[in-house]
Amino acid sequence: MIPAIQINNLSFSYKGSMQRGIQHLHLQVKQGDRFGIFGPNGAGKTTLMNLMTGLLPYASGSVQLMGYEVKENRKKVNTLFGFVPQDFAFYHELSPRENMEFFGSWAGLVKKQIDKRIEELLNILQLQDVRNKPVNQFSGGMKRRVNIAIAVMHEPPVLFLDEPTVGVDVQTRFAIIEYLKILNDKGTTLVYTSHQLKEAEELCNQIMLIDEGKTIAAGSLSELLLEHRQGGLEGLFLNLTGRAYRD
Amino acid sequence: MGLTLMFLMPIILAIVIASVQNSTFELVNENKIPVLLLNRDTAAPAKALEQALAKVGMFSIKKVEDIRETAAIEARINTKDALVAIVIPEHYSTDVLTKAKSVTSEALKGLDLAADTIASGKREASPVQLYYHPVLQQSFRKSIDGTLQSTLQFIQTKYIVKDMYQAVNAEDIPSSLEDQIVSNQTPVVEIPVSKNNSRQIPNATQHNIPAWTIFAMFFIVISLGSSVVREKLNGSIIRLRTLPTHFGLAIISKQITYITVTLFQAAVIFSIGIWLFPFMDLPALNLPADMGGLLLVTLICGWCAASFAICIGVFSDTQEQANGFGAVSIVLLAAIGGLLVPSFVMPPSFRFIMQLSPLHWCLEAYYGLFLEGGHLSDIWLNIIPLLVITVLLQIIAFYGLKRKNLI
Repeated sequence: MIPAIQINNLSFSYKGSMQRGIQHLHLQVKQGDRFGIFGPNGAGKTTLMNLMTGLLPYASGSVQLMGYEVKENRKKVNTLFGFVPQDFAFYHELSPRENMEFFGSWAGLVKKQIDKRIEELLNILQLQDVRNKPVNQFSGGMKRRVNIAIAVMHEPPVLFLDEPTVGVDVQTRFAIIEYLKILNDKGTTLVYTSHQLKEAEELCNQIMLIDEGKTIAAGSLSELLLEHRQGGLEGLFLNLTGRAYRD
Repeated sequence: MGLTLMFLMPIILAIVIASVQNSTFELVNENKIPVLLLNRDTAAPAKALEQALAKVGMFSIKKVEDIRETAAIEARINTKDALVAIVIPEHYSTDVLTKAKSVTSEALKGLDLAADTIASGKREASPVQLYYHPVLQQSFRKSIDGTLQSTLQFIQTKYIVKDMYQAVNAEDIPSSLEDQIVSNQTPVVEIPVSKNNSRQIPNATQHNIPAWTIFAMFFIVISLGSSVVREKLNGSIIRLRTLPTHFGLAIISKQITYITVTLFQAAVIFSIGIWLFPFMDLPALNLPADMGGLLLVTLICGWCAASFAICIGVFSDTQEQANGFGAVSIVLLAAIGGLLVPSFVMPPSFRFIMQLSPLHWCLEAYYGLFLEGGHLSDIWLNIIPLLVITVLLQIIAFYGLKRKNLI
C-alpha cells in the first residue's frame, strides 16, 4: 500500500529569516496512522505541516501525499486532505451551516452531498442547535468544532490537525479526540501536532520529535518510550529536547 | 452596515451635492445676490448707476441711507446681513461728467465745435468700493466685479454720448436715441457644444450624478478592501488554498460580485437622478443616447474600483489600515481626478498627476457620454487608460498575493 505521506530529504528556509526551517527531513506516514509531530516552539512543526499541505513552496526534496508529489499536483492533492489550522479558518459572520456549505462547494461537493454531510457533522459535533447562528457568537470550543467540521466536509483520506484542541475545556477536548478516533477507525490518516502531550499519548500511535528543523526521534510511541526508558511522552520530550526556554 | 455604506451613503451624497451645486448655479444664474448699496453722491450719474445696478438683475439691492461710515457697512457684512456691499463715492458724478467732457472735447477738437472748457489739472477718479465677506468664493467675486465694471462702463458711455450730442446739437439728447446708442444690439446666445448636436444645456445634475456615481463605486474599497483583509486574518484564504478549487477563482468571484454591486449602485443613483430629482426641485438626469457605451463605461469603472479595493486589501495588514488608507486615497484620487475641482482649472503641474487617477478617466468617459452627447467611439481614448490602470492594479494585487504566499 502506498504511504499516506512520504517525505524525502526535504529542506526549507524562510527568506531573510534567522529561523532554520526544515533540514534534510525524511518521513513516512502509513495510511491509517495517527501520526503526531512534536517539538518545542520554533522547532518547525507548523512549517512542516504547511509544506505537507502545499501552503509553503519547497525547492528541495520531495513531499508525496497518497503517491502524488504535492507541488506538482496541487489540485489533485487538495482533494486528498483536510486541514485544521491552529487559527480559526472560516467566516465568523456566517453560521456553521453557511460555512460548511461554502467550503463544501469549494471542495467540489454537489448540493446533495453538502446537505448530507452538514447533517452528519452537525450531529456528530453537537452543533445542531446553533446551526444557523453566526459563529462569532460561539465559545472557543464550539469554534474549534466548526473548524474541524469544515476540514472533513469532503471526507479526505488524510487529515492534518495543527493544535486542534488549543484553548478548549476538558469536555470539548475529550469530544474532539473521540471524534478523531472515530474518523481514524473509518480509515482517515491523522497527522497531528500539539503541545498537549497527555492528549497526544492518548491519540497517537506513531510520533516524530523535531527540533531546529531536524528529526530527533521517530517511530511508534511505545517503542520510543521503551528505547529511551521513559514512562510518558512528556518525559521523552524533555529528555530529547532539553529544559531550556525556546522563545 | 455594508449595504448602508455601499448604497445609502452615495445616494445621500449625490442628492446633497447635486442640490448644493444646483443652488449655486441658481444663485448665479437665477437668484439675486443681496447687496448693500451706500450712495454718497446725490447727483444724476450716481442715481443712474443705482438704477442701472438694479436693472442688471443680478443683485437684490438694499439701499442704506442711514449709514455714512464704512465701519458700519463692515459690521453688517460681518453679521452676514449681506455678503457684498457697494459704496459709490462722493465725487463719482463729478468724475463721470469730467471724463465725459474730456472725451467730447478731445473728439471734437478738429471740428471747431468746442465743448465746455475742461478744468485743467487731472484728478484721479475716486474708486467705487466693493466690500465682501471672506466666505464669498473668488468665482462669485469675479462675477460681481465683472457686472459692476460693465455697469460703470455703461454709465460712463451714456454720459459721454449725452455730452457729445449736446456739444454738436446744442440740445439734450432724446432719450430714445440715447437708449439706441448705449444699448447693446448684439445678443449673446449660449450654445453648448455637443457631439450629438442636442443643444441641451447641461445642468447641475448632469455634472454631479456621473461624478458622484464614480465616487460611490470606488468607495467599495471600504467593504471589499476590508473583506480581503478579514479573509487574510481569519484564515479563510488559507482554507481556500487547501481546497481543490483554484484560489484565483475566489478572487475572480469576489470581483464579479463587487462589479455587480457597482452596477447596481450606478443604476440606483441614475434612477434617482431621473425619477426622484424632479420631485425635489432638482433638474432631472438625462441619460446618454449610447446606452451600450454607458453600460460598458460603468462596467469598466466598476472593475477598476474592485481592482483598486483588492489591491488595498492585499497590501493592508489590518482592517483599520484598509479602511483609513482606502477612504483617504479615494478622496485624494477624486480631488486630483477632477471630481472635486474641474480638471480644466488644475495647474499644469497637476495635469500629469491627474492622469494617474482612474477616477479622472472614468469621469472623462462619463462626461463624454452625459455632457458631450458622445458615443463609445468618442470616448475610447478615455477607456484605454482606464483599462491599463485596471490591468496594472490586477498585476500589483497578484504580485502582492504571491509575495505574501497567499496564492
